[in-house]
This record gives sequence, C-alpha cells and structure tokens, in this order.
Amino acid sequence: MSEAVVQDVDHAIEADVVLDLHRRMVRIRLFEEHAGKLAEAGTMPGFLHLYVGQEAVAAGVMSVLRDEDQITSTHRGHGHAVAKGALFRPMFAELYGRTTGYCMGRGGSMHINDLSRGMLGANGIVGAGIPIAVGAAFASKYRGEDTVAAAFFGDGGSNIGAFHEAANMAAVLKLPVLLVCENNGYAEFTPQAEHMNLEDIADRAVAYGMPGVVVDGMDALAVRAVAAEAAERARAGEGPTLIEAKTYRFFDHQGIKGMRIPYRSPEEVEEWKERDAIRLIEAVGIDRGYASAEYFENVWEEVLADIMDAIEFAEASPHPDPADILLNVYTPDRPTQDAIVATDPAQEGLDR
Amino acid sequence: MTSRTLTYVKAFNEGMHQLMAADPDVFLCGEDVAGYGGVFHMFDGLLDSFGKRRVFDTPISEQAIIGLGIGSAARGLRPVVDLMFMDFLGVCMDQVANQAAKMKYMYGGTVSVPLTITTAGGAGMSAAAQHSQSLEAWLAHIPGLKVVMPASAYDAKGLIVSAVRDDNPVVVVLNKKLLGVKGEVPEELYSVPIGQARVVRAGTHVTVVAVGRMVQEAVKAADILAADGVSLEIIDPRSISPFDTATVVESVRRTHRALVVHEAVKFAGIGAEITAQIQDEAFDYLDAPILRIGAPYSPVPFSPVLEAVYVPDAARIADGARRLVKRG
Repeated sequence: MSEAVVQDVDHAIEADVVLDLHRRMVRIRLFEEHAGKLAEAGTMPGFLHLYVGQEAVAAGVMSVLRDEDQITSTHRGHGHAVAKGALFRPMFAELYGRTTGYCMGRGGSMHINDLSRGMLGANGIVGAGIPIAVGAAFASKYRGEDTVAAAFFGDGGSNIGAFHEAANMAAVLKLPVLLVCENNGYAEFTPQAEHMNLEDIADRAVAYGMPGVVVDGMDALAVRAVAAEAAERARAGEGPTLIEAKTYRFFDHQGIKGMRIPYRSPEEVEEWKERDAIRLIEAVGIDRGYASAEYFENVWEEVLADIMDAIEFAEASPHPDPADILLNVYTPDRPTQDAIVATDPAQEGLDR
Repeated sequence: MTSRTLTYVKAFNEGMHQLMAADPDVFLCGEDVAGYGGVFHMFDGLLDSFGKRRVFDTPISEQAIIGLGIGSAARGLRPVVDLMFMDFLGVCMDQVANQAAKMKYMYGGTVSVPLTITTAGGAGMSAAAQHSQSLEAWLAHIPGLKVVMPASAYDAKGLIVSAVRDDNPVVVVLNKKLLGVKGEVPEELYSVPIGQARVVRAGTHVTVVAVGRMVQEAVKAADILAADGVSLEIIDPRSISPFDTATVVESVRRTHRALVVHEAVKFAGIGAEITAQIQDEAFDYLDAPILRIGAPYSPVPFSPVLEAVYVPDAARIADGARRLVKRG
C-alpha cells in the first residue's frame, strides 16, 4: 500500500522533470535556429556560435540549479542563458545590438548574461569563465551559503591554462563548483584526437584530486543525474566535480553552415543527429505515458510564438545613442562612506 | 587627527588592517600573503587578526587568483588579490584586461567588479628583467581599469583604502624601493581620492610630473637646483588612470615648461600620454618642448652598474630641467 503511494510520487516528479527538460531544450533549439537564420540573412550584425545539438547539457545541468546558483559560459553561450531562465526578448534585442538587450547593445552574442538569474555571462575568451565561476563559488563559501557555481567549457577549453589553474584552485579550496566540460569533439575545427592525447577529459579530474564523471551528453536525464550528484556534493561542502558530457555540435563552429571545407563527414553529423536529445526525450515522455505527441507539438508551437514575439520586439527596439558611448565603462563613484578624506600632512609641510 | 611617522609599507599594512576591520566583505588572497605576510611584508599580521577564512594563501596560479577575485567581486565581495610582482601581469593579463576591466561595460552595466589588485613594481634591486618592470602603461591603456601608484607613506594608506572602496577594478602598484620610506600618516582610516594629483612642491620655472619613485628623485633634483635659483614645481599624479590632467595643465600654464619622468621605458610609456595631454591643452603656454625622461628601450638589467644607468635619477632630472630653463 505505502509502496504504491511512493511510486506515484516518484512518477509525478519524473514526469515534471522530463517535461521541464524538454521545454528548456526546445527553447534553446528554436532560439538558435532563428538566430542563425537571421544572422546568415544579414539581418543581425556580428557572428554567432550556435548551441544546437548540445541542448541536453545546458538543460540537464540547469534543471538542478537554483536561480541563486551562478554559471559562467563560453562563446557558445545562448543555450546556457536560455536554460538558466534568460528571457527571449532581451536576448534577441542584444543580438540585434539594441538598447533593450541584456548588454544594452554593448556586448552582443558573446557577452549574453542575466545577472538576475545567476548567469554571469558568456565569454569571448576560451576557458576564461572557469576561474570566474570559481570566484563566484568562493563567494558562496565565504558567506556560508549553500549556493553553487557551474563553469561551462568545451573540449578545447580544457586545454587552456585557466582551466587547470581554476580546477586546482577549486579543489584545494574545496569550493562548490561544477566544472562542466561539453566535449563536442572539436576545438573549433580541430578534432579531439589532434588536440589532446586523451579519450576522456574527465580523467583530468584525477590530477586535481576531484571526482571526474563521463556522461552521455545527448541524454538530458543522464546529465541531470550526474549534475544533481555533483551539486549535492558541492552544497554539502565536499568540493568540485568535473563532468564530461559527450555531445555534438550539429551546426558549424560559427553560424549554421560554415565557410570552410568540410572538416567532418556528413555521415558523422547524421549519426549524431540520430541521437538528437530532444527527439530522445520526447520518445521517453511518450513511452512512459508522461505526455502525448500532441503535447510536445504544442510546446514547439508555444515556444515558436515566443520567439516571433521576441524578434519583433528586438527589431522595434532603439539602437544605442552614440552620445552614450562611454556608458558603463566605469561604475560611478559613490559618496565616501565612513572614510575620512584627510588633509594630506605633506601638503601642510609635515612631510619635509 | 593624530599623525605619526610610519614607513610606506607599514602605512599600507595599517590601511589593510583598518579596511578589513571595517568591512566584513573585504578579504585577501594571493601567493604567500597569509602565513608569510607577503614577500615585502605588506600583509604582516593580517592572518593573525582576521583568520584564514579572510586571509589565505593560494597556489601559484595568477589567472585563477585574479579570476577568484573577479567572480567573488561580481557577487558583491571586496577582494584584495595580490600579484606578487607587477611583471606577473604577463601570466594573467586575460583575466585583468579582458575580464575584470570589461565586465561592467560588455554586460550592459548589470554588474560591478569592486576588485583590488595589489602588486609591486619598479627597479633598483638587481631583480633583473622579470621582477623589476614598471608596466603601468599596459594597464592605463585598458578602459575599465583604474591604476594608482602611491609615492608616499600617506598615499600608500590612503590609496589602498580608496581602491578597496571603489566599485571598479583598481590596480595598486607599490614601489619596491619606497617600502622603507617614512612619512607622516594619520592613525585614522582615511582615503585619498583616485584621480587627484598632488602638488608635492610648488615652484615657478619648470613643472615636473614625476611618476612613482621618481617623485623622490624629483624632490632631490629640486633641492639641487634651488641653489642655482631654478625652482621646480613637482606634481605626483598618484593615479595613472584616471589621470588628473587639470592639475598638470594648470601648473604648466604658469611655469611654461614641462618635464615628465618615470622609471618605465620611455618609448610608449605613460609619459608619452602625459606629454600629449599637455600639448593638447597648454601648447600656447609652452616656452620649450616638453621633455620626457624614462628608461632606455631595453629590458631591466641585472648588473648594479647597468641598472644605475637604466633608472632615471635626480641628476638626470636636474640636468633636463636646466636645459629647459636655458631654452626659455
């Protein structure tokens, strides 16, 4: 009797989780597809590093984080922002370089952030967000909070010094950090086998005295499970975890279709697309009877409507005023607090 | 306010103690800052006073040290992170220049980074090419950073206070050769406004803008020249960025001659910028070309004989000032 009740409860939680992960991933997918098309049509300035294919990683990790938990992201950062709860309107407005954007048009794609939701920013420098996440985690520990930080980076990012310094620092200070390596097999255009002599990047955890876990980065539920365990360890004061999620970039390093000659085979791309994380979780949801195919179709349509609304909003938003070009270079001075602005004794001839 | 004589390093240290006592969000980390008190004793006693939660040693990982400061500052703490030697900027410049400096601007003003980076610069100790540089021009070229270079005990304390209380990333460059220099320092906590130059000595014939340790040399030069009836007005900018152009220009308009001296390499040094600012705003007042004195275009040498020639001194400043006066 009691067993049946427990099963019902588990069942309900699981359904919520599946539907939540699905929605997060659809939001990322449609955002990226539309952003990519607008950029390639020349409607938006700059260039974009799109997250399509890797959605399960951001969705899985973010589903166990709270609003107060902090993340740092990469040049491929839209997915992390969306999964952390960032809004479409200021995101699209930023990609259009408008004042209503998250960076008031000063940052663009590579600096998308939402500090109000703990998204400490995408980053144009590979690996540079990792030490910053460690700093955010330090603030949690310093204040005695049980909040955590997650640093996202790629297989390429795991080769840069900042990763190794930050991993060691996080381990030795026992900071509440999830180091989330999204191994999509390519550092820009260079395959993993040509940029490291390792199969599993998670093995690098050994060097820093922290656990390292490999997870299927196309399986959002699996990512969620390892992230939940890592977050629990972090919140309990047991230090960082290195998570390697094996995933794949369906689009090119930059944009949807790159300008370079093919550096990977169409067969390889198709093979990974067979394991599309969104289709996988829809199959799970239908198999387990959590939702119908129509339900999932509706989610795509609802999200699409939000996307269209955000694009319209962005296109109608004002460009920055050139008179404001120096805005936010510095935080303005505050009135002096309790410090006394003293008269320099040297000025009174005391010094000499 | 009660003043007494303290060394530059003790004045700085007292500022750190008072800042940490006043604000629980201030913490200190870096290489050997806790147990050892910093290689120049800048941080002596802080571990004992505030404990290892707020004062701790880190691995030799400058990128991670600065990053720890940035991430925690973005969350509202007021970190003081130490970069043992200014030369080590080379191993963490991305975190300093691309991250700390730009975060506020590129994230649309949604975050402030109240980070203080302390470091030691300057030559004169036979520490050779990688432990002696004056790299303030690197930092001043990056919008978003503030850079201060205290040249007196009074400013060493007042500027660390202002730096920690500032809501922007500030680099405080202490000068290794000034650590033992004494001066009057108030006991109380006080701040020296960042971006405000100090007129060290009033004079009439030549305005000398002296950076860091060169203030001391300029004062010696002024004493030498006083015997010849040449009067130097010495200005210590204290803050390299923001730079107090107004004080310098006002002085040059009165003296009609300007000499800019720093111990950094002369070519593309901060003196080039200061010279340009004077030229922009006081050209019509000048009776002679602006003179720049700095180090030759070479790494800092180890040999004491070479180093003595490398770093500008009072004799060179006096000689330069004499030439300027003759022109006019």
